[in-house]
Amino acid sequence: MRTDRRDFLARSTHLLLLTGAAQVAFESVLRGEPEAAPNYKTTDHWWGMVIDVEKCIGCGNCVRACKEENDVPKEPFYFRTWVERYHVPEGNIEHPEVDSPNGGHDGFLEKYRPGDGSKNFFVPKLCNHCAHSPCVQVCPVGATFESPDGVVLVDKSYCIGCRYCVQACPYGCRFIDPRTHTVDKCSLCYHRITKGLTTACCEACPTDARVLGDLKNPKDPIHEYLRTHKVQVLKPQMATGSKTYYNGLDGSVR
Amino acid sequence: MGRSFGHKEHLVRVAGLFVCGLLAFLVLQALLVPRDFGVYGHYRAGALDDNRARPVTFAGRAACVECHSDVPDAQKGGRHEAVRCEACHGALALHAADPTEQKAQRPDSRVLCARCHQMNVGRPVRFPQVDVAEHAGKEACTSCHAAHNPGLGGEAGATP
Repeated sequence: MRTDRRDFLARSTHLLLLTGAAQVAFESVLRGEPEAAPNYKTTDHWWGMVIDVEKCIGCGNCVRACKEENDVPKEPFYFRTWVERYHVPEGNIEHPEVDSPNGGHDGFLEKYRPGDGSKNFFVPKLCNHCAHSPCVQVCPVGATFESPDGVVLVDKSYCIGCRYCVQACPYGCRFIDPRTHTVDKCSLCYHRITKGLTTACCEACPTDARVLGDLKNPKDPIHEYLRTHKVQVLKPQMATGSKTYYNGLDGSVR
Repeated sequence: MGRSFGHKEHLVRVAGLFVCGLLAFLVLQALLVPRDFGVYGHYRAGALDDNRARPVTFAGRAACVECHSDVPDAQKGGRHEAVRCEACHGALALHAADPTEQKAQRPDSRVLCARCHQMNVGRPVRFPQVDVAEHAGKEACTSCHAAHNPGLGGEAGATP
């Protein structure tokens, strides 16, 4: 068969194009399929949480459940979620007395007298899963990130334990795991929510003071809740894009 | 060879060093950076699966009622209707996976009920609270209240 120059050029171009396509395909095969869990697409979800301060009874169920579910070190006391007790002398919201004995793990022993003119309540805290997380911005190695479904996660195998993110988090939600010397934090029970379960803390909460919500699912009751309640995020002035919404939050809560 | 570039030889040497450095950088980068780094952003895409790999310890209410279908009926209309099983019974994924070998423990009502219902000024005023010692003495809570439907005087589920 005779090959003229036109044929030769056309064939080489096709071959080149095919090689390029093959390269792209090969690369996507090499990096593996991240959507391994069936029926779960990261792009279909955007997770957040609603916390109703007026429903929290300070039982500490969430703290115990979280420790059990996520293997959070029991001693010394580190937490992925914890409960704070606020004692606000009448009208003095700038100087609340805040304590969290063992993070609320063992509940709260009565400390204040009823009827002393103060306001007392519990505030559960956890990672706010910010859409613009300061902790993610400072990580020098890409070991912490906002996942496509809106959860701030840690890549433990990549973390170098520099503690930069621990300092950057305005909510104090991170700690260094004394066993691995890498950072640890609330993962919003990523292993559970991707299987269709709720988080361990929400599962264990007896009063539904905290409820997980999928902000991308139009049928999720979180939308109705956010429409009908006056909610607030913690430290809104920091523009972190927090997705943990508090109902009934007092001005004394920092 | 030096001669052939004349006065520009020093530039060629620098350019050569630069190319060598660039090649070394590219080779090291290809060796050290995981293939899945940067697929979604400045992180390893595989870290999502790593986070997903942890085993579940709380089975969830749906798993509990597969066998214990009588409990939601008992809870119906009561004050504990919305309380999920593992809020009181603890993490029971092991029991759900192997109900014969892994037995669930019955919680001690004096400890368990007091966690939520012991009087505390921090609790919302409308939440039912008692001073357990004064209210029950040494009695177990469950000798008067049905745990799954703890009705108060006159309500369904209340026991005298």
